[in-house]
Amino acid sequence: MEEPLEMPPGEEGKPCPLSGELPADPSLQVEISDAVSERDKVKFTVQTKSSLPHFTRPVLSVVRQHEEFVWLHDTFSENDEYAGIIIPPAPPRPDFEASREKLQRLGEGNSTLTREEFAKMKQELEGEYLAIFKKTVAMHEVFLQRLAAHPVLRRDHNFYVFLEYDQDLSVRGKNRKELLGGFFRNIVKSADEVLITGVSGLKEVDEFFEHERTFLLEYHTRVRDTCLKADRVMRSHKSTWGLAEDYIPISVALGSLGTQEVRQLQMSFLKLAELFEWLRKLEGRAASDEDLKLSDLLKYYMRDSQAAKDLLYRRLRALADYENANKALDRARMRNKEVKPAEAHQQLCCQRFERLSASAKQELTDFKSRRISAFRKNLIELAELELKHAKASSLLLRNTLIALKGDDA
Amino acid sequence: MAAEREPPPLGDARPPELEELEDGEDLFTSTVSTLESSPSSPEPASLPAEDISTNSNGPKPAEIILDDDREDLFAEATEEVSLDSPEREPILSPDPTPAITPVTPTTLVTPRMESKSVSAPVIFDRSREEIEEEANGDLFDLEINVSDPEKVGDGMNAYMAYRVTTKTSLSMFHKNEFSVKRRFSDFLGLHSKLATKYLHVGYIVPPAPEKSIVGMTKVKVGKEDSSSTEFVEKRRAALERYLQRTVKHPTLLQDPDLRQFLESSELPRAVNTQALSGAGILRMVNKAADAVNKMTIKMNESDAWFEEKQQQFENLDQQLKKLHASVEALVCHRKELSANTAAFAKSAAMLGNSEDHTALSRALSQLAEVEEKIDQLHQEQAFADFYVFSELLGDYIRLIAAVKGVFDHRMKCWQKWQDAQVTLQKKREAEAKLQLANKPDKLQQAKDEIKEWETKVQQGERDFEQISKTIRKEVGRFERERVKDFKTVIIKYLESLVQTQQQLIKYWEAFLPEAKAIA
Repeated sequence: MEEPLEMPPGEEGKPCPLSGELPADPSLQVEISDAVSERDKVKFTVQTKSSLPHFTRPVLSVVRQHEEFVWLHDTFSENDEYAGIIIPPAPPRPDFEASREKLQRLGEGNSTLTREEFAKMKQELEGEYLAIFKKTVAMHEVFLQRLAAHPVLRRDHNFYVFLEYDQDLSVRGKNRKELLGGFFRNIVKSADEVLITGVSGLKEVDEFFEHERTFLLEYHTRVRDTCLKADRVMRSHKSTWGLAEDYIPISVALGSLGTQEVRQLQMSFLKLAELFEWLRKLEGRAASDEDLKLSDLLKYYMRDSQAAKDLLYRRLRALADYENANKALDRARMRNKEVKPAEAHQQLCCQRFERLSASAKQELTDFKSRRISAFRKNLIELAELELKHAKASSLLLRNTLIALKGDDA
Repeated sequence: MAAEREPPPLGDARPPELEELEDGEDLFTSTVSTLESSPSSPEPASLPAEDISTNSNGPKPAEIILDDDREDLFAEATEEVSLDSPEREPILSPDPTPAITPVTPTTLVTPRMESKSVSAPVIFDRSREEIEEEANGDLFDLEINVSDPEKVGDGMNAYMAYRVTTKTSLSMFHKNEFSVKRRFSDFLGLHSKLATKYLHVGYIVPPAPEKSIVGMTKVKVGKEDSSSTEFVEKRRAALERYLQRTVKHPTLLQDPDLRQFLESSELPRAVNTQALSGAGILRMVNKAADAVNKMTIKMNESDAWFEEKQQQFENLDQQLKKLHASVEALVCHRKELSANTAAFAKSAAMLGNSEDHTALSRALSQLAEVEEKIDQLHQEQAFADFYVFSELLGDYIRLIAAVKGVFDHRMKCWQKWQDAQVTLQKKREAEAKLQLANKPDKLQQAKDEIKEWETKVQQGERDFEQISKTIRKEVGRFERERVKDFKTVIIKYLESLVQTQQQLIKYWEAFLPEAKAIA
């Protein structure tokens, strides 16, 4: 299905709601100005405005697909230079499967639906599709914007290539070998989990990191659980309101009752039908707001906290390497063999570890303030939106009541 | 103003003409519009004879109960009738001595002497029968409650006993307030008796709540979970609505079986209501036979009104069924939403605990609380959706089935009449043949048979006209009740929705400052 999405103008420099307030930096502004959905692929138009000398033109525009974003993320996370940085989590794969399936089922001609019901359901599903689309665009955009805002990451060569190279990056999807490689990497990571949970007996000397470790472990688990539960609530909401499996047939049935009923009840039923239509739309909007402000927030911080955990693993691995190098140096000194290389190696490990620690400290502090401001913003917006919707519903209901009571003889 | 009047001589009063009712029109505006097809001015004597026969207790006095103060004989009447608007003009004309003459031997008019109270006639013109029905509704003073479900017995013989409490000032009852214990089969028994007596002459007898083997088995077995309590509550409410509808029907209210049901402490067990009893099987067979008959009767409908109404009810039936199914689905999903919201609230609380930033932690805990409260709200809303809306729809689907039944009885009545005519024709032909064949002894018998069948034909025609008239009246009353019912329920439902939204506003308004306080 072709779904060209026009991003509203003037969105540049807007603080990203998920990653907290990002500074509007004129030297490098990245946004996704357009997106098109083609069958099973989404094509994002990435627009860059920059005054940096690296770019050949002040304004650049390229078309990228999801796999290229993932490739970019992987180059960062595999780069040892950035080991002390929280790598912004890669955006999730665009998933229109469920939505597309529903639309297909609807289109297959479910004859139990009246024409009116069909039209309304189609509208609902299309709205849902559009919402998912907007979300995936936002996710991809946030990823790029965080990269652009980070003082170190923004200078990465691959990032420039990504932003400027107007040909296809020929980043094919991972073949089997690479997937397997990824699988092994995950196993290694679990070993790191063991490290990080302190079972291996690695001594943490820094209180700050000790605290962060305990905190992040629990926080990540909790936020993942809450995210899951929030998703379930969204899905329930959808079946009551959004997909309107329930409300559409009700309002349609009420409508036809309204036209066929005796005079005294006509007004009641018609008003009720109208009301249900309105409530459905209102509640649909409320549900998707909740989805955006709560669900997406939790999802993002689930991924971001995982990235922070990854950083801690890397630092601990560096610490382990440092300790091992120390032991090796001691052994070399004892045997008085190859002391120099051992010393050099130990120096390297020490420097690496200290570099990572310093950087990690900064990153984790940033993570915290980012998280707090994002939660704050989203919770406030959530509450304000909920209030707005509840007030609108309340007003609507009260007006209907007045109309119906007035209709009484 | 009442002081000017002399009390009427007892047993001897004439109801003033309706025209003297200054506000007569106002009282019944809502009903007037549906009365286009009402019969013009039937004689009072045309009231169903069945009324008298089944009403062995004699005519019921009017609903107006007066005290012994003769001066104010009609003051009470004024107050009773002017329920809706206190500034209504007195119903009676300033005629000092209205002579009350019983217009027919049937209900409503003849005053009855009682030691405690004196009843006055219903002061409405008989010709406005429909309005009189409405008047009975307005002067109706009978409150019924079904409460306190109690499990009696053990195992598979256990049953639920419900307390039926009646509060009334009607004189046909022995006391003003009384209560009895009844079980579900008693209600079914009552309905069965009423249906047998009244359905076939065209009265819309409200159907009893449905049996539920699954539900009852759970209760019997003693499962004390929420679904069985819900089932019992649903049944209790349904029984209450059933009784309230039944007593609202002016003719049914007169029935001694109904009175016995409400009043007497012991009631003979109604075994015929069991599904697998002999009577139950007979019922099923009859139903099947009826269905076949219905298909074969092709009635010449002379009155378009009936055809129209039948079609209307058929449409209404379909619409209501559709709506009912959708509302039940809604209720189900609301329950699901509630469960998920509760789980989310718990999870958010734990997240709040693990958050190390104090203000954010507090805000998250607050969020969890808000979500929990919202969950409660959703549950209550599901309750409202179900009881208020869905049960009403279910009730009316069953009521319309009763209405359709009544129309079917009319068809059967017509068929009977036609059959009698056909038989009469045959007898006449047989007689003519006998005349020619000159068989005097058989001739007399044939003449007798003709006489017999002529009477039957006449009776058949009368019955048919009677049932048609009754149905018209009943449908009018039914529609009025339905309009009232639906309007009330819709408003109640909307009010509950408003409540929910108001609560939501309160919760989120309380939360907002917490969110803003995150520093």
